Amino acid sequence: MAKDLKEIKDINEIKDLGWDELIPGAALFSFTEPVEDVVEVPMDERPYAATNSHEWQVGDWRVEKPVYNRDLCIDCQFCWVFCPDMSILSRDKKMIGVIYEHCKGCGICVEVCPTNPKSLLMFPEHTDNNEALAMWPKKEEKK
Amino acid sequence: MVKKIKNLKEFSLSNDRFEGANLMCPGCSHNIIVREVLNATDDPVIVATATGCLEVCTAVYPKTSWDVSWIHIGFENAAVAAATVSAAYEVMKKKGKLPPATQKMVDEGKEPKIVAFAGDGGTYDIGFQSLSGAFERGHNFMYVCLDNEVYANTGGQRSSSTPIGASTTTSPAGSVSYGEKMMKKSMVEIMADHGAPYVAQVSPSKWKDLVKKVQKGFEVYGPVYINAQSACTTEWKHAPEDTIEVSDLGVDSCVWPLYEIINERDEHGIIYSTKLNITYRPKKKIPVEEYLAAQPRFRHLFKPENRHIIDLWQKAVDARWEYLQRREEAGV
Repeated sequence: MAKDLKEIKDINEIKDLGWDELIPGAALFSFTEPVEDVVEVPMDERPYAATNSHEWQVGDWRVEKPVYNRDLCIDCQFCWVFCPDMSILSRDKKMIGVIYEHCKGCGICVEVCPTNPKSLLMFPEHTDNNEALAMWPKKEEKK
Repeated sequence: MVKKIKNLKEFSLSNDRFEGANLMCPGCSHNIIVREVLNATDDPVIVATATGCLEVCTAVYPKTSWDVSWIHIGFENAAVAAATVSAAYEVMKKKGKLPPATQKMVDEGKEPKIVAFAGDGGTYDIGFQSLSGAFERGHNFMYVCLDNEVYANTGGQRSSSTPIGASTTTSPAGSVSYGEKMMKKSMVEIMADHGAPYVAQVSPSKWKDLVKKVQKGFEVYGPVYINAQSACTTEWKHAPEDTIEVSDLGVDSCVWPLYEIINERDEHGIIYSTKLNITYRPKKKIPVEEYLAAQPRFRHLFKPENRHIIDLWQKAVDARWEYLQRREEAGV
């Protein structure tokens, strides 16, 4: 029996289904209810439907993850504007952190970070964030 | 309504309408361009996307990454889809038949913006006839070409945007060939000659320049063409984290000059004046060699027998930069 997307409330119901187990050609909705003006609603307050890719995750693509150091950050927002995966969380002109569910580990944020030492660094995926912060490199002297 | 964006901090207040966990490659420029274009306005946006990386990776059944109205259309007719939406919108507005929610937004001064996204395959080659037609008829929409200079979605075949010397799967470099034989088409001038009121070339690494041009494009009435440089980690074969650096090298070596062309055109398609502005001048123009060296698709050009292609590149880029400067100076 093919499933109708309209009846699906929980993402786990469709996660493991093959393409032939879904009704083909169904309309996909981004939200569960009509949103008047999406641009006014911040990402974490939107009523995402299970068929919105925001509810899914690509974090398992990563080999290395970016770790964020709040103490060094100057909130320049370079990482926010150049992140290809909308994974840099920024509120009220302040950088808050990384959305690990959506980050594919490309490393652009680390490359564009202008502070010395960098406030974002790549660490192996299995590293604990607190451990990573403890071994943060010292300021590099200019030669 | 023009969104006020003075600096990057102000820009970062934008709420993205393009969602994460899409299946684009890590470090893809397409996403950066789409984000910057959508965040350039707070008005509702209607997007038409031609077949290509952007379409197949953001709408994998049963998922969607778009929070704006989105139409997927064939490889060849993204421009026509956008033009049709624009024409339908204008008629419905004139007859007062807009849906109440849309009507409310229009009353608040939030006119919907219609944008078509397509890759260079869907623009330079396959979509060219419908693009040319839509521009000739003068519909009110914006067409953004995500130019990664190759058919990346289908395995890296050459397109008419692929520059000379690039190794692609249909123009491979080897013992008898140095890769692609032809320089790329100058699409920006071709679209400007259609009499489009605003045509520009942008790079995602220069975000402010891109946003300013997109906002200008949204303000004018008529077809707008934006040619966006889109560094491709898969087919240009550089590391994902180098996307922004490679884009910067392209801009600073004048391989990808940032400029705009403004046409004064009436409803009959008569062009009264044309003006070209260079919007970014590199402080120090770097040799093209540095841009080529950053991308392994040009690696074979550094062999002694292929060095003449690098000289050819430099000559071509210098001639083009000279041409643009002369046009700007003459005000045509």
